[in-house]
Amino acid sequence: MKPAPFSYARPTTLEEALEVLGTSGDAKVLAGGQSLVPLLSMRLAAPGLLVDINGLPGLSQVDCDSRGVRFGALVRHAELMADADAARVQPLLAKALGLVAHGTIRNRGTTVGSIVHADPAAEMPMVLRLLGGSITVASTGGTREIGAEEFFPGPMESSVRTDELAVSAWVPALADGAGVAVDEVARRHGDYALCGVAAVVGTEGGRITSVRAGYLSVCEVPTVVDLSEAFAAGTADEESLDAAADLALGALEPEDDIHASAAYRTQLARTLTRRVIRAAHDDALDRAGKEGPTP
Amino acid sequence: MTNDTEELHDLRLVVNGTPYEISVPARRLLSDALRHDIGLTGTHVGCEHGVCGACTIRMDGKPIRSCLLFAVSAQGAEITTVEGLTRSDGELGPVQQAFKECHGLQCGFCTPGFLTTITAGLEENPRPTREEAVDMIAGNLCRCTGYQNIVDAVLRASEIADEQGGEVSA
Repeated sequence: MKPAPFSYARPTTLEEALEVLGTSGDAKVLAGGQSLVPLLSMRLAAPGLLVDINGLPGLSQVDCDSRGVRFGALVRHAELMADADAARVQPLLAKALGLVAHGTIRNRGTTVGSIVHADPAAEMPMVLRLLGGSITVASTGGTREIGAEEFFPGPMESSVRTDELAVSAWVPALADGAGVAVDEVARRHGDYALCGVAAVVGTEGGRITSVRAGYLSVCEVPTVVDLSEAFAAGTADEESLDAAADLALGALEPEDDIHASAAYRTQLARTLTRRVIRAAHDDALDRAGKEGPTP
Repeated sequence: MTNDTEELHDLRLVVNGTPYEISVPARRLLSDALRHDIGLTGTHVGCEHGVCGACTIRMDGKPIRSCLLFAVSAQGAEITTVEGLTRSDGELGPVQQAFKECHGLQCGFCTPGFLTTITAGLEENPRPTREEAVDMIAGNLCRCTGYQNIVDAVLRASEIADEQGGEVSA
């Protein structure tokens, strides 16, 4: 359980880091390392070079405005979770981060790193997809922004090229009238979930106008399903919730693995879909209540 | 199996207030650097992939897994291991004392990780409820399944720290 030998670089400027990444061809970026180090220790990965970005300036900021939240590649899960402005602008971030592993892992692991790692069982790739966020990557050729839609082409795979460094992630603010919720079932609190679901429910004057749900640990990549059509009546009644669960399961292909059968995952996805949409709707009504009556 | 040609990195780690200069390959996990290069064997190594929590130490005050960090990445950091929890006069710290009173220590292998995790946890939340105490230790595994006593010890450590003026760490 020890990593194979590798070379190590600890650049102190972004330019230097991009230069090293651009010329190596066999490098991996090390930020928090909470997913990468186990892969190296189990020798599931053996890059020739690790580029440790912990000495780079300017990647530890959380910037919030009315449009959304941007967080740099060195922002630890625990820091983003504790950021009051981020929690106000997009409350799903802190809610989902509370389900990411344990406190000791959150103290070191980075949210951008977790997204780039692209584990379909992890919370933050799914959250980025559900919210329609994006990732900014840099290389010696310049920077580009990749939308969450195209960011997860396959299992454990992201669209960041080997010569690129993901410098920040962005998620949009919670829309007026919307509410969010997330829940998951894991064997031990903090472990990878057998199934996890998050939802964004949009309302207008108390009526549901849109419902989107994101799924982790269900399919090979984080998956988002638009369930709005199940809520034509505008309320989260039993019938609509059943219809939403049917609609979701029609779009998902739950996987079998050592942890759970596909049938059990299907049951979890059904139960959690209902529970999370109801909670996100309650959250939307709560927020509307706090902001005063809708005109 | 050693690789004689492997490049070594010189680094300085401050552990429990004492500076150490060591020379290690890039792949040396911090847990191994503490045990083998520095000789502080109180930090235990269990699963080596971040699941069991036995190797938990404090880096710049925050509890982290020393098996999920390369020693070279910890360059310049202030580290506290379980050896750093005893009071300077040699008396047990509140968490250690509580483990003794509540029989939170069984075979003892997981104990260092629990002690460091709980010490940091009680600094953040000095008066945890039982539920919060359970959550505080949720990332650490005890293969003797001594969890009830360990949860008792979290709550007792909180009382002892309070009796001693609120200081949970040495």
